[in-house]
Amino acid sequence: MFKVIKKLTSFVAMVAVLFAFTTEAMAKKSKTLKNTQKKGFVRCGVSQGLPGFSNADASGNWTGVDVDVCRAVAAAVLGDANKVKFTPLSAKERFTALTSGEIDILSRNTTWTLSRDADIGLTFVGVNFYDGQGFMVRKNSGITSVNQFKNGISACTNIGTTTELNMRDFFNSRGISYEPVAFEKADEVVAAYDAGRCDTYTTDKSGLAAQRTKMKNPDEHMVLPETISKEPLGPVVRQGDAVWEDIVRWSLNTMIEAEEYGITSSNADSMKTSDNPAIKRLVGAEGELGAAFGLDNDWSLRIIKQVGNYGESYKRNIADPGILPDRGPNQLWTKGGILYVPPAR
Amino acid sequence: MNNKIKKILPQIITVLFVLGIFGFFTFNAQINMDNRGIDFGFGFLTQESSFDVQFSLIEYSGSHSYARAYLVGLLNTLLVSFISIIFCTILGVIFGVARLSSNYLIRNSAAWYVEFFRNIPLLLQIFFWYYAALRALPVPEKAGPWFGVTYMTIKGYYIPSFIWTNLDIFLYSILAVIVSIIIISTYAKKIQENEGKQIPVFFIALGLIFVIPALTFFIGGVSLDFGIPVLKQLSKTSYVFEGGIGLPPELIALVLALSLYTSTFVAECVRAGIQGIGKGQKEAAASVGLTPNQILKLVVMPQALRIIIPPTTNQYLNLTKNSSLAAAIAYPDLVLVFAGTALMQTGKAIEIVSITMLTYLSISLAIAAIMNWYNKKIEIKEK
Repeated sequence: MFKVIKKLTSFVAMVAVLFAFTTEAMAKKSKTLKNTQKKGFVRCGVSQGLPGFSNADASGNWTGVDVDVCRAVAAAVLGDANKVKFTPLSAKERFTALTSGEIDILSRNTTWTLSRDADIGLTFVGVNFYDGQGFMVRKNSGITSVNQFKNGISACTNIGTTTELNMRDFFNSRGISYEPVAFEKADEVVAAYDAGRCDTYTTDKSGLAAQRTKMKNPDEHMVLPETISKEPLGPVVRQGDAVWEDIVRWSLNTMIEAEEYGITSSNADSMKTSDNPAIKRLVGAEGELGAAFGLDNDWSLRIIKQVGNYGESYKRNIADPGILPDRGPNQLWTKGGILYVPPAR
Repeated sequence: MNNKIKKILPQIITVLFVLGIFGFFTFNAQINMDNRGIDFGFGFLTQESSFDVQFSLIEYSGSHSYARAYLVGLLNTLLVSFISIIFCTILGVIFGVARLSSNYLIRNSAAWYVEFFRNIPLLLQIFFWYYAALRALPVPEKAGPWFGVTYMTIKGYYIPSFIWTNLDIFLYSILAVIVSIIIISTYAKKIQENEGKQIPVFFIALGLIFVIPALTFFIGGVSLDFGIPVLKQLSKTSYVFEGGIGLPPELIALVLALSLYTSTFVAECVRAGIQGIGKGQKEAAASVGLTPNQILKLVVMPQALRIIIPPTTNQYLNLTKNSSLAAAIAYPDLVLVFAGTALMQTGKAIEIVSITMLTYLSISLAIAAIMNWYNKKIEIKEK
């Protein structure tokens, strides 16, 4: 009997300890910033390879405008834009990875919609690329407009995206019957379309332009002029950590505002002596903007110096590789685009 | 008293521990979901799904509910599993028996077949059939007909559709055939037991299967038309077949990969079963004057089946679960449609994943139940 009791007590003690540990962990609400600084890197979810947005080269270096958002956050909170751990995610996995705490920023050409923002425990912090859904076809098909689509057309796309829903709205409203062929990974979609499984490939136009570069003969394909939806793409954070949300939002805003004021990675230091107080605030020479997030005052200067402003990032990642040389709506509001961010003050 | 406590206490503790862990995880999930503002509930199942599916056995479009989308995925999973189970059984039996053949070439080819397909990961085989093999097929306008009216193209295998009139009469006639075959075989067994006379049940059954359904065409008013697939131009260079039934290449690739892969395991089960029967059994049967056919049918197979069925059941279960790899090649099975698209559009991860898990569990248990019932039926009956 004594033996049994002894066994029992040690067992109960073990269970109690287990519970004590986990409940303590739960009591501390997600202090993402604290955790990030403790770990020493920013955990960032990106795509599995979309040139211009998030793409890894042969040696595993990630580049792209989505990648730059995470780098900006790393520069702001850790002082080094390279302290980012990238996790490639499929469209299907991305939100679960974020809500389950596997990553802290999702910067993966993700469309901001009401239901995603409100329903599933996510918060969108801004827009780093204004996009719209389009169609790619083979040039020799003779199709030059979506108006030439006929009943029975097969369309390759990704699952788990707004693309799938827009596609239905589009074909339904025109009364065209179609065959949706939906893959889990973007590379599989491209391979299937390239092999002739589908007549058209549909996704965000930036994605089409980027994926076209991966095809066997990029010149045999073209993106149709029509845009069938609004796709504002932007970084996402977990709901419930307002400070982290602000840090990511203002890291992105800093890049855009820096372009507006002509601050670049090369001239940022010299801008400290500028006469314009707005510029001085952005490079940390005036005001105490970082304090609100619990950061030092050079956070924004580091972003500009290490990552560059939005224009530099766009040029480096999207324009120069020839993906979308024309910035279109992703131009500053002062130059005819719709990039307009609240002032940093 | 001490003994009783010693016996019961550990069991109570184990149960409490399991309940505690389960409760803790539920509690933890609830707190975390609460913190992140995620609601738990199954209300989404009745909402409009607003996405389309490539291939469905029942009528479905985006204006149907998520529950309907679930059903579409489930039926597609069952379809691909059912077809693959039939093919893998046929192939498995052929190659299992072939491995025991006395012919050197047959025996070794079968061994090569088994070793080859068994030792390559299934996902690679699926990719092979989809991207390498099926992709080598022609585009619709260049496809020559197979068997006159079917077309194998990169967009799918197009076969004529069946347009029935008075289909119900035809189905009743088949039902009648089945019932009469059962009656005849029971009667034949009785005659044999009582009088020792053998009635050629097999040939009678074969005759019935052909004659009665054929009669319905002549006197029952049943008729069958074929909808032949016709090439239709979509644009200058792209074509598609219309009319007829189009089997998507995704389904074909998946069936090929699943049945070839699983058939190797079934073949090994069959070989084990036949080898498990002692030589003496066959010799004894031969010595009482049974023909080789009768030996196989009456002596070897009934005993071999007892060895074959339980491990083969496992293979059927594996095949069904492996069918979830379909998502990799866009075949709209349960995982792709429900645990993929529906999960993404609703964000109800916990609900959808648990429904999907329960579904696979139920399918597996159902297959196991059927096979266990069959196993019971053929096992040694002690008298």
